[in-house]
Amino acid sequence: MKLSFGIAARFLRSNLTQTILIILGIGIGVSVQIFIGSLIQGLQKSLVETTVGNSSQITVTSDSETGSMKDYKDLMNRIQAADIRIIHISPVLDNPAIIGGQDETQSVLVRGFDLSKADTLYRISENIKSGRLPRQKGEVLLGTAIAEQFGYREGDTIQLVTPTKETVSCTISGFFDLKVAQINKTWCIASLETAQAMFQTGDTVSAIEMQVGIDRVFIADEAAANISSKLGTGYRVDNWKAQNVQLLSGLQGQSISSLMIQICVMVSVVLGISSTLAITVMQKSRQIGILKAMGIRNSKASLIFLMQGLILGVFGALAGVGFGIGLSAAFVNFAVRADGTPVVALFIDQNFILLSGIIAVLACLAASLIPARRSARLNPIDIIRNN
Amino acid sequence: MENVIELRGINKIYGSAVKTQVLYDISISFGKGSFSSIIGQSGSGKSTLLNIMGTLDTPTTGEVLINGVSTTKLNANKLASLRNQSIGFVFQFHYLLPEFTALENVLMPHRIEAGSVSKEVRERAREYMKLVGLEKVMDNKATEMSGGQQQRTAIARALLNNPPIILADEPTGNLDSASTENIYELLRDINGKMGTTFVIITHDRRIAEKADRIVEITDGRINLDLYKN
Repeated sequence: MKLSFGIAARFLRSNLTQTILIILGIGIGVSVQIFIGSLIQGLQKSLVETTVGNSSQITVTSDSETGSMKDYKDLMNRIQAADIRIIHISPVLDNPAIIGGQDETQSVLVRGFDLSKADTLYRISENIKSGRLPRQKGEVLLGTAIAEQFGYREGDTIQLVTPTKETVSCTISGFFDLKVAQINKTWCIASLETAQAMFQTGDTVSAIEMQVGIDRVFIADEAAANISSKLGTGYRVDNWKAQNVQLLSGLQGQSISSLMIQICVMVSVVLGISSTLAITVMQKSRQIGILKAMGIRNSKASLIFLMQGLILGVFGALAGVGFGIGLSAAFVNFAVRADGTPVVALFIDQNFILLSGIIAVLACLAASLIPARRSARLNPIDIIRNN
Repeated sequence: MENVIELRGINKIYGSAVKTQVLYDISISFGKGSFSSIIGQSGSGKSTLLNIMGTLDTPTTGEVLINGVSTTKLNANKLASLRNQSIGFVFQFHYLLPEFTALENVLMPHRIEAGSVSKEVRERAREYMKLVGLEKVMDNKATEMSGGQQQRTAIARALLNNPPIILADEPTGNLDSASTENIYELLRDINGKMGTTFVIITHDRRIAEKADRIVEITDGRINLDLYKN
């Protein structure tokens, strides 16, 4: 091992230009792999995060005709007991209403939340542009789009018309911007108490919303199935994956194409190294012949080329990680929007980089198998006889 | 005298479509501590014979025994080990590893056997290099030495593992006569001190005559086998 490593290292050092070129070749391959991988992962992460990061990932509703749920407190406890992966859970009472004056009206969705719980789910307070969360009964929080449309200000009193044609007065406690135009235009956030009074529903809710956490979003369907089976009949359990099939298939297609690109890059790297190493066996066949005449074993003679592959792989992977991170940093710093945030936030995953490095080393070892075999088969007498 | 090398009925045929026979039914043996020379015209088959003796080449038919052990049935690893331990080669074209220094080249047979080099072995290598008059160029790369220096390095390398047999193919082929003389003196000296068996191919009759035994190969057959007393 030591002997083969020593000879391999010396062979590589004696032809430094060639060695550096090979290492650069591997490095560039690995860096492209890391860059593309990080880019796609970052893209997917931010897509998923904006889609379901701040919204309900699993929603439990009643199967009954009215859709109202009285036993929601007990139900929430049962859900949490059913699946420990549920981290944020909040009841909500949803009802439509009409907002506006005489000239212009618009329908809104009045969402009655247990505000302290809903805040962890929707991060409302983080996204309040002005004012505050509703604190008292009769207060509502509106989206910025409604505020612009009707020229509302904080503290204004507005009239809401319920489906039963009753007009309810509310005070605007502030405005939110949840970064989704549809939500900013249609949501009217109130406390559960306010909503229950407004629509005279008594102590009921229309749905229970929950999250499994952003790093586990993809198990939402599994958790939903689990909850559904434990709750029994009478409830409907929806999850974001079932509601976003197209997004999911888009993500999957993206993952596959990214993987294909990475595999192609790696295959071309392997072919490149393999052919270069095959040439070095030719270049070094005289030396291998001499070593064999001196009694080196075939296994050790082939180990020399495996060691060359290993050395090239390790240095190539290190160079590749360096280039890849540099490339990613350059991308994040130079490919930016007008406000200075990167076009795509790259996701630098240490495990992914480590894996890329390991794959590169393994690929280089695999690439050196053919030259290693050739070296093992080389007969010293062919070298001695032909000088 | 005990035989260190024994060849029995060696035939060597090259090629499969067009067959060329280079050796015809050669049986010859070399005793322990003997100093023999093989002479013959270019193309007579003497180098092939030496390569077969050294287990680098295999005979088409016939058997080679080294220290009384037939090499026919030995596998590649055992043959490699036999070459490493029992046979030192000195080739006409030196065959040094150009990536290594002279001293590293000399140490290579030991590294192949042991993997690493102890202080004693390194010292022994230095001794041999002094013996062949190379103490000043020990750390030169093989490519940075003259032909004669390279040849002497190859001799020191053949000696390092103290093999009982040294096979040399024109070891002084491209040296001037003074160097040639020196090297033969050196080889004879080692032969005398360590009892190493030498088989040396040479085209130089004056040199051949310094050996204890002269074997002449003509067209693949032993034409002459002369012992000096």
